[in-house]
Amino acid sequence: MTLDFGLMLDKMPEILSGLWVTLWMWVVSTILGAALGFLVATARRYGPAAVNWFLKLCVEILRGTPFLVQLFLLYFGGPFVGLRLEPVPAGLIGLTIYASAYFSEIFRAGFQAVPRGHVEAAECVGLSRTQILRRIIAPEMTMLVLPQCVNMAIILIKETAILSIITVPEMTMVIGAIGSQQYAFVDAMFLLAIFYWVLVEICGFLGRLAEARLSKFRFAVS
Amino acid sequence: MSSTRPSPATDDIPAVTVKGVTKRFGDTEVLQGIDLSVPTGATTCLIGPSGSGKSTLLRCIAFLEEATTGTILIHGDPLGFAEGPNGQRSRLSPQKIRAVRSRIGMVFQQFNLWPHMTALGNVCEALVTVRKMKRSEAEDLGMAQLSRVGLENRAGHYPSELSGGQQQRVAIARALALDPEILLFDEPTASLDPELTGEVLNVMRDLADSGMTLLVVTHEIGFAATVGRRIAFLDHGKLLLNGTPQELFGEPRHPRLGQFLETYLDRGAATLL
Repeated sequence: MTLDFGLMLDKMPEILSGLWVTLWMWVVSTILGAALGFLVATARRYGPAAVNWFLKLCVEILRGTPFLVQLFLLYFGGPFVGLRLEPVPAGLIGLTIYASAYFSEIFRAGFQAVPRGHVEAAECVGLSRTQILRRIIAPEMTMLVLPQCVNMAIILIKETAILSIITVPEMTMVIGAIGSQQYAFVDAMFLLAIFYWVLVEICGFLGRLAEARLSKFRFAVS
Repeated sequence: MSSTRPSPATDDIPAVTVKGVTKRFGDTEVLQGIDLSVPTGATTCLIGPSGSGKSTLLRCIAFLEEATTGTILIHGDPLGFAEGPNGQRSRLSPQKIRAVRSRIGMVFQQFNLWPHMTALGNVCEALVTVRKMKRSEAEDLGMAQLSRVGLENRAGHYPSELSGGQQQRVAIARALALDPEILLFDEPTASLDPELTGEVLNVMRDLADSGMTLLVVTHEIGFAATVGRRIAFLDHGKLLLNGTPQELFGEPRHPRLGQFLETYLDRGAATLL
């Protein structure tokens, strides 16, 4: 087998547009998923028991079924209940909701990891409940859960490949299509693997950079 | 007793009044009806064996725990609950609770500094967030408090960059910044090694000398005997003894206290009594 990337060079504009779609959908769904996950974790912790129970059920379903199936149900099943979505919005919504389930579990563990005494110290100097959440718990939790969040972002960038099955014109769909047209499927997949790997490495590098910056905030030991 | 220490403030109302306080965790009655008054402008030490309820009592006074029954007054003002004429309790509004609580400062065994803020940030946080002070004003006040505990040159350090003793002194500065009427200490040196214990006790001694009202739960019997104006000895959830150091530590000594003190006498603290 010979790999012929020359074929791919001619298609560079298409490949770059696929790369761009992958990149922005990944970044947006990761940010929205993390924000939604934070809200879910907060509501589960501070909201009424019924809300906690309902959200727990949602998270269990989302974590207990493949993303591929969830996306199919949203895109092909949506019209049956009057929800007709274009591929890109459907992919973005699907990926965000899928991500939020995992992020909510990360933040839930983060809430539990903030020492009770740090909250008590804040109560003693008169901070209100929302001030404690905003000024003490949220920032402490962020540094505690950063490694897991980076890990989740890495998982999500690879999950974007699944968006190709509902015809989102992202990297996997574009390069896969080129490979089929040119009868160079292996070459295409090899190139694709390299692209994903480079993105993952960049993400991991940024994550390590952020961790290093936060390292001096780590918990003081007596 | 040291002659440099100012006499207690003139008002007769105690800084803290504890009346018939009980605290129950499930089936265990940790506090079984405590009556105690903490005089203004002096240091009161709570001593007793582990599990005697001294930390729980302090946490009730800080309103970190709610007493099951009984009343706690801060300079005459009810904390948490108002007592009706027939002894029934009604919960005060959150604003009223916070207003009374803001007059109390608390220092914890585990320091409980916020790790994402510098020493100065820890001291200034409530001044900015709660007291709505300007950042620059708060920092001036914070620096003054840090120099009071001898840490003005550590203002920009994060808690993880400070020793245990320095962290506890920052925690004291954080409590002082809000200008409390009473400062509560919950075993402030229990997680420090002996060398670091000294620097924290020195700061506390200075505060006592300046006429602040301190209520200290401690295992440092030497500190209690030399700095404490009043000593309260708790055992099994009851206030067994309450008096001056001379009354408690002098002869004749209460047998239960004598038994408790023996463990310290073994360690050479006898000379301090």
